[in-house]
Amino acid sequence: MVTRGIGVEPRRTLPPLPRPEIPVSVSPTSIKPEPLGTPAPATPPATVKAEVQNLNFFYGTHQAVKNVSLRLLENHVTALIGPSGCGKTTLLRCFNRMHDLYPNTRYDGRIILNPGGINIVDRAVNPIEMRMRISMVFQKPNPFPKSIYENVAYGLRLRGLKSRSELEGRVEVALRGAALWDEVKDRLKKQAYDLSGGQQQRLCIARALAIEPEIVLFDEPTSALDPVATGKIEELMYELKSRLTIIIVTHNMQQAARVSDYTAFMYLGELVEVDQTAKIFQNPSKPLTEQYISGRFG
Amino acid sequence: MLDARAMIARGRRRDAAFNILGWACAVVVLSALAALLTNLCIQGLSRIDWQFLTSFPSRRPQQAGILSAWVGSILVILVTACTAIPLGVAAGIYLEEYARKNWFTTIIEINIVNLAGVPSIIYGLMALGLFVYQFHFGQSILSGGLTLAFLILPIVIVATREAMRAIPKHIREAAYALGATRLEVVRHHLLPYSAGGIGTGVIIGISRAIGETAPLVTIGALTFIAFLPPSPIVVDPALQIQPFKWIMSPFTVLPIQMFNWVSRPGEEFLKNAAAAGVVLMVVTLGLNAAAIVVRHRIRRRIKW
Repeated sequence: MVTRGIGVEPRRTLPPLPRPEIPVSVSPTSIKPEPLGTPAPATPPATVKAEVQNLNFFYGTHQAVKNVSLRLLENHVTALIGPSGCGKTTLLRCFNRMHDLYPNTRYDGRIILNPGGINIVDRAVNPIEMRMRISMVFQKPNPFPKSIYENVAYGLRLRGLKSRSELEGRVEVALRGAALWDEVKDRLKKQAYDLSGGQQQRLCIARALAIEPEIVLFDEPTSALDPVATGKIEELMYELKSRLTIIIVTHNMQQAARVSDYTAFMYLGELVEVDQTAKIFQNPSKPLTEQYISGRFG
Repeated sequence: MLDARAMIARGRRRDAAFNILGWACAVVVLSALAALLTNLCIQGLSRIDWQFLTSFPSRRPQQAGILSAWVGSILVILVTACTAIPLGVAAGIYLEEYARKNWFTTIIEINIVNLAGVPSIIYGLMALGLFVYQFHFGQSILSGGLTLAFLILPIVIVATREAMRAIPKHIREAAYALGATRLEVVRHHLLPYSAGGIGTGVIIGISRAIGETAPLVTIGALTFIAFLPPSPIVVDPALQIQPFKWIMSPFTVLPIQMFNWVSRPGEEFLKNAAAAGVVLMVVTLGLNAAAIVVRHRIRRRIKW
């Protein structure tokens, strides 16, 4: 059950976002919007939000992801860790089909997205439809050279939202959700690049939240930030997971330990081990994981 | 043993020598340009007055003017801009954002860059065959404008592509990740962010087109025009709207008018030529200044 709750702070109820009609080959029911009022169960049973099944990914002839199978639980944070070049970012970018932007890339296998059971990496599935449900926060803060307001509103505008009052409401909700509202509410029309790095990254998170995604992909979101800004974003993730599913790629093992419920360790394109974060960090079952965690390589 | 102090002293002397050499080169180049401009101004400036700007060419140098030439220049450039900008920008966007990278598009790319180096008179020959004889546009403003449009098309295409390439990958990815289509990425992001670069390229192309003579002479632009193209609105004797009639009219342009005067005997005509040259220089330098301003203003707004 998706609980697409709206912001933390204001208790305004906004109608569900209109999702553009996109022809879907697999299951047209999948883009039916869930009503916002859906009450969240007190202790939500962990449902599988997405399931990676025997996924392989190729850049030309180079195989970057090798036969990965992985379950992502709804309302949980899953961290992908591993040394540079192990394929964790590549795996992350399969979820919103970012690889489609570049030539000579090939997916093989399945990523099943629930509800709807759509195979994300099926070439017949329109990547835009997936990006409407799954949003992304990048390594480097990448706001558009537009105003703060326009940055957050952009995803909503793409979905055809025109009403000014509704846009304003949703922008506020998203900015509050990213814990940025109080810092920028008086200068929404100012350029996004006037913000500090940490604020820019939270703006990018607000931009990703505004479209009410089911999953947010974080690609090393704090690697360009100082410890204070990093702390804020980690807190944010903790709050966000009550209403969506998070996958985070990180180089920082302490970060993985702090923010995630499950951790997947990847090495040379393969998934070595995935388990509850505490288990991975305290008592991993594979020696390779243990070596990486204890800093003996990577 | 190396003597560090001697080495440093020698390095300094060389540094100073190179400094002087570079300065001297810059002075030579700049003073040549300054001499050119001063000479032009001394000869021509006194000749520029209201009469000169509002008179048609004449057998009598004192009564001659550049009215038909500057009107012709503006109209030809109007046609050029209206054709070259949309065509060039669209082609640039296609090559940069849509075209698959394969041997075919690589050949196209190389050839576009090469086209920028083709002598302008070759474009004139092409235009003579295509526009004048094949399409029967005649020796008109339309033919002239299209010829110059083809001439500056590579400049516009290359400027568009370079401006788009300068937009960082992560900005594109941010837009795509939010679910934008390719057209939306181009319209909402790439075009607005590259407007400065494209605008600069367009203005530089146009200022080159204004000074072109050879291709227009080749298609048969006249050197002596004592009338203006038909106005789009005629009030007398009856109200007539003919918005595009001027486009088929014969024309002359400033550099052709100048060439015509230079080739005539007599000091007075040379003075006229210099005066026309000053006008041409002012227009071209003004456009280049505009290009700098445009680039600067848009750059200031866009950062990543």
